[in-house]
Amino acid sequence: MKKVRTDATEALAGLLTDGMTVMAGGFGLCGIPDELIDAIRASGVKGLTVISNNAGIDGVGLGKLLETRQVAKMISSYVGENKEFARQYLGGELAIEFNPQGTLAERIRAGGAGIPAFFTKTGVGTLIAEGKEVREFDGESYVMERGLVADLAIVHAWKGDTEGNLVYRKTARNFNPMMATAGKVTVAQVEHLVQPGEIDGDAIHTPGIFIKRIIHVPVREKRIEQRTTRKRGEPATV
Amino acid sequence: MAWTREQMAERAAKELRDGFYVNLGIGIPTLVSNYIPDGMSVQLQSENGMLGMGPFPYEGEEDPDLINAGKQTITELPTTSYFSSSDSFGMVRGGHINLSILGAMQVAQNGDLANWMIPGKMVKGMGGAMDLVAGVKRVVVVMEHVARNKDGSESPKLLTACDLPLTGTHVVDMVITDLGVFTIDKKGDGGMTLIELADGVTEDEVRAKTQAAFTARLG
Repeated sequence: MKKVRTDATEALAGLLTDGMTVMAGGFGLCGIPDELIDAIRASGVKGLTVISNNAGIDGVGLGKLLETRQVAKMISSYVGENKEFARQYLGGELAIEFNPQGTLAERIRAGGAGIPAFFTKTGVGTLIAEGKEVREFDGESYVMERGLVADLAIVHAWKGDTEGNLVYRKTARNFNPMMATAGKVTVAQVEHLVQPGEIDGDAIHTPGIFIKRIIHVPVREKRIEQRTTRKRGEPATV
Repeated sequence: MAWTREQMAERAAKELRDGFYVNLGIGIPTLVSNYIPDGMSVQLQSENGMLGMGPFPYEGEEDPDLINAGKQTITELPTTSYFSSSDSFGMVRGGHINLSILGAMQVAQNGDLANWMIPGKMVKGMGGAMDLVAGVKRVVVVMEHVARNKDGSESPKLLTACDLPLTGTHVVDMVITDLGVFTIDKKGDGGMTLIELADGVTEDEVRAKTQAAFTARLG
């Protein structure tokens, strides 16, 4: 079964239904599968539950799906950069389930790895633990969290081969590797698409078993959320 | 004279030790990286998946794939490594990070911390803060001693108990404000202790601006 598709629309054909859950990789705007997000937007599919660490910014990334009111619920750790998000949330049009970032990362890793639940100290004694089982191990309290899977996972990688083996670049890795394992179907967009054997086996971050469809999206522009620099001739201070 | 943000960061840097792996929160804590003593080796961890975080880049050298947890562009070092978010929080939750320096809205005398939500006003999410305070061995808060309200009044931030939603319970070891430094016996009954005053600041001034109970043990 050929994994390589010609474009994002073809790659998502037959996969989109109203009310589905979608995991989207990225941290802020770094490592987001922007082309696949655009195709989801163009499809008009709605009532989505979107699982992603952040919600993009207004008009960029997942912010685009918020603008078109396609998202019913988000599961995220931080959505502060998005005014449209705040507007819809305070207006009761959008539900949010906050997960601590580490808990979200581990829920997705566990979901993809067949672990239905795990215990973590994160959030014990806070709102996060309400309604959840808390158990003691070695004299310390831990809260139970559930593994998380999605109907569709969309991820971004720097390089992939036609078997779906993926390599990520720097901090654009973030949530992509875990999400790749946790989608019932995972679609990847890669900046460089190569033949099997061109990526050394030891260098592969995500084995192709997790990737069902892959598209080549050469880089046009990558957005920077907080361009921060220092001046030459000065010490390397913040 | 109350400490400036830079002086608070400089004081926080005194908690660093050679060989430490440290996570710095956004705001005043990021300034701590400017005060790492010469000759001391400290690795900064960025929870979005990087160890060995370098300074901000020069203009024109920004790399969109290289950002910190505050989404600012940064650079790498020879010691740098990259990993996934689940590996990153494995480092945090598994107790491998020596020190977390972060900001706060409120700290209680028993070490409870609130720094992620003001109900009805600010509901942005907690990010990595809850994991950091639950998993990192030592937590140092750097914050202004009082909150300045819109009507000009001041509210204490060191309280007998937090009234904002908690980030963690019994998690804070030390608080550095613009007025001085407190330690907190977060696991035991020792409570909160004032150990240092900023130059020219008196204990009476600190007592007037602090709701939390504390004993003074000034050197």
